[in-house]
Amino acid sequence: MVVSTQPATSPKKPPQVVEREELTVRFVGDSGDGMQLAGTQMTNTSAIFGNDVSTFPDFPAEIRAPAGTIAGVSGYQLNFGAHKLRTAGDRVNALIAMNPAALKANVEDLEQGGILVVNEDAFSKMNLTKAHYDHSPLDDDSLNRYQLFRVPIDRLTAEACADTGLTGRAVGRCKNFFALGLTYWLFGRSMDPTLRWIQDKFGSKPEVADANAKALRAGFYFGETAEMFPVRYLIPPAKLASGRYRKVTGNEAMAMGLVTAAARAGKPLFYGSYPITPASDILHELARYKSFDVRSFQAEDEIAAMASVVGAAFAGAFAVTGTSGPGLALKQEAIGLGIMTELPMVIVNVQRGGPSTGLPTKTEQADLLQAVLGRNGEAPLCVLAPATPGDCFQMAIEAFRIAVEFMTPVIVLSDGYLANGAEPWMLPDVDKLPSFKVVHPTTNNTDSGHFLSYKRDARLVRPWAIPGTPGLEHRIGGLEKRDVTGDVCYDPENHHHMILTRRKKIDNIAETIPSLSVNGDPTGELLVLGWGSTYGAITTAVERCRAKGLSVSSAHLRYIDPMPKNTGDVLRSFDRVLVPEMNLGQLLTVVRAKYLVDAIGLNKVQGKPFMIQEVQTAIEEMLNGK
Amino acid sequence: MSVEPAVVQLTAKDYASDQEVRWCPGCGDYSILAQVKKVMANIGAVREKTVFVSGIGCSSRFPYYMSTYGFHGIHGRAPAVATGIKTANPELDVWVVTGDGDALAIGGNHFLHAVRRNMDFKILLFNNRIYGLTKGQYSPTSPLGKKTKSTPMGSVDYPLHPISVAIGAEATFVARSLDVNTKHLEYVLERAAKHKGTAFIEIYQNCNIFNDGAWEYATGKETKDDTTVFLEHGKPLIFGKDRKKGIRLNGMDPEIVELGGDITEDDLLFHDEKQAEPSLAYLLSRMHYPQFPEPMGVFRCAERPTYEDMLMRQVRDAIATKGPGKLDELYDDGETWVVN
Repeated sequence: MVVSTQPATSPKKPPQVVEREELTVRFVGDSGDGMQLAGTQMTNTSAIFGNDVSTFPDFPAEIRAPAGTIAGVSGYQLNFGAHKLRTAGDRVNALIAMNPAALKANVEDLEQGGILVVNEDAFSKMNLTKAHYDHSPLDDDSLNRYQLFRVPIDRLTAEACADTGLTGRAVGRCKNFFALGLTYWLFGRSMDPTLRWIQDKFGSKPEVADANAKALRAGFYFGETAEMFPVRYLIPPAKLASGRYRKVTGNEAMAMGLVTAAARAGKPLFYGSYPITPASDILHELARYKSFDVRSFQAEDEIAAMASVVGAAFAGAFAVTGTSGPGLALKQEAIGLGIMTELPMVIVNVQRGGPSTGLPTKTEQADLLQAVLGRNGEAPLCVLAPATPGDCFQMAIEAFRIAVEFMTPVIVLSDGYLANGAEPWMLPDVDKLPSFKVVHPTTNNTDSGHFLSYKRDARLVRPWAIPGTPGLEHRIGGLEKRDVTGDVCYDPENHHHMILTRRKKIDNIAETIPSLSVNGDPTGELLVLGWGSTYGAITTAVERCRAKGLSVSSAHLRYIDPMPKNTGDVLRSFDRVLVPEMNLGQLLTVVRAKYLVDAIGLNKVQGKPFMIQEVQTAIEEMLNGK
Repeated sequence: MSVEPAVVQLTAKDYASDQEVRWCPGCGDYSILAQVKKVMANIGAVREKTVFVSGIGCSSRFPYYMSTYGFHGIHGRAPAVATGIKTANPELDVWVVTGDGDALAIGGNHFLHAVRRNMDFKILLFNNRIYGLTKGQYSPTSPLGKKTKSTPMGSVDYPLHPISVAIGAEATFVARSLDVNTKHLEYVLERAAKHKGTAFIEIYQNCNIFNDGAWEYATGKETKDDTTVFLEHGKPLIFGKDRKKGIRLNGMDPEIVELGGDITEDDLLFHDEKQAEPSLAYLLSRMHYPQFPEPMGVFRCAERPTYEDMLMRQVRDAIATKGPGKLDELYDDGETWVVN
């Protein structure tokens, strides 16, 4: 169906308003077209309206790939709904495409009959060639499956901004606001939050603020007056738990969690890091929080970042680093030093596509084994995995809780989808947050005068005595040391004992973590076991299958090492176990080895999160085909 | 009646730990350890506020032998570990002990960046021009052609000159001394102790097992007066057994001249360790045996704000402007909405 932009000659009836439970919109354009901005604004506006939201920004590794090419396409997908959402949506219901390359790269994901808004001004011969179209798809029947709306966005934006005094080039940069305004009209959103944002952001450049506001309004009123859209959609507010909310990405939540942990302990937060996609935003966030006594240190490399964290932990700070896969590989030697010196520290690893440089801006879960096992020697530490963007806040706090309580490095495995994806987040009540009691000894633990730096408590934890404390001067390092005294020691029996002790200490953490809960019946034919950002797709897929009467439940591991004590019991309560992962079966390998269960994997390593349907299909095939 | 607790004056041996020192007999490290302990006593170092940090190598066992706090890190990373310590607690007096391989090969990057940031710690580089702990491979300061186990036909690497590297990295304090010249070493260490900012000292150190005599020209009784020149701020560069030789600038190049006749002390190059630009210090760092006597002493001692001072000032400024951080304000950032 093609709708012309020619104004109708006779008045038509107003568009029909259709109520929907949820909708998925994707904005796509050149990486310079402001698609991330449009998507973020649509997200904020929908969240403020009261919808639940879940987002998936998808952008190229190149900052500005050649304009108009498929390599340079940037996209932002947003799922908003009248009920709890756990993923950014499987099929796209509405696609806003700013040029032919963006259309080509994304149109396959649009549902049949979905809304397709294209900026027809961008379908020039040159742009078509860059996108490898030999003729315009607008002129054949290839888009007949969709509701195609051809909108001359460039021209209409230019007309709307004609009297702003901006150059043509600057006006061109406003076209994302035109597209956004049109989208607001289509989905019955208010322009107010974005108009406020424009004033805040461009207040010092009134002509730019004016042009963006005009473009936004022009887009909105175009929807209203052009009479090309037969239907508008209404997505009522969701019934979320009552409270005050904001939108949060995983990286933002992680940064706030780290600050919270240190602040609740009355400690400075030391963040030593080297910029790396997709973890850099944590550094940017923390660098803004100096009034919380955050000491952010941009190191010369990943190795220095980790080594500085070990030093800061020795000196008594809450020390943390953030990185992504290749950076974690470089940090492993110094993490081993943290394990050997048994100091508290946190390593946030925002996983991305690998190996090597891999897919820097895409998501993946292939660092689980690197986190659990990736060091020389027997080098156990604690590994955590948040399940949603908001959960990054909780798990950052939990990471420091464990690090300090057990004197150990803790790795937190986030990923690109969690880090950049956003969801509504209820502002926590500060008084109800956990506080930390950090104990640094001030008196010697022996009469001999030689402070016993490795004298352990019942849980095998050594004291955190810090420089500046008189009488407790001691020396530690990467060499094996005698238990209790901490003196360098090459004794074979002692080494074996220390190897066992370091492992046992990590296992003891399991006494302090929640047990693994099952979503659905506690026993049945199939358990779907997940970890990390697959939570949304798995949980929703399992709920849909249960609604169809299938005997399936799900469980999600937020603690990878040690695992909750009941993990084996949960796995053995089901006939079969399915483990979906964005890798070739890393958690699968661990649970098979650890619990001797014949679990099978559902593996997807495309740099993209699982769709609900993919998990659902796998469940149905397993249960119907048994 | 209250009695003021007597201030206990610690002596050098109070800075020794209870650990047995395990360097090879005759190693130059013993002398350096003795001078460091002496300087600790001289400056009245507070043991609990002092931290020795090291990487890997013979020199890096140093922290175990001090009664202060100590951290024996991993190869090459001591400056990075020390950066974390100093940033977490700027009150601590931090000393990094490293070697030519640790600081300039595996740890070259960390060395450069700690120095350029003007971190407020000392870096003592024990230069023996060989890898001792791994039993005798050539190091980044070994001369071209050096025959070692890993270079049986002679090394084909040009050496680095630690002082030149440190100056190139914008070091604010750069000095050189020798393990056997205990008086001079003590003087230089004490100067370093008093410097605010990165204080780098290259110490010529003899490895009597794998590279014995590497510095013989600079330490031998017969040769040392002609092969070294001691730098003193504001004084001309004079050397030689009878102090009859001097260094004069000929355009941009140093040259050796005989004093007497037409040439007086006033014609010589006068040392100025406080020059804002490090050109003179760099020029001195390029004077190598056998063409020149090698300068000993303080090449450069300049003032510049340190990394941790500037960082902590930002923290204080942020607190002064915004008030101490409040968590509820941290969360309440940007647009929020209420669900009833």
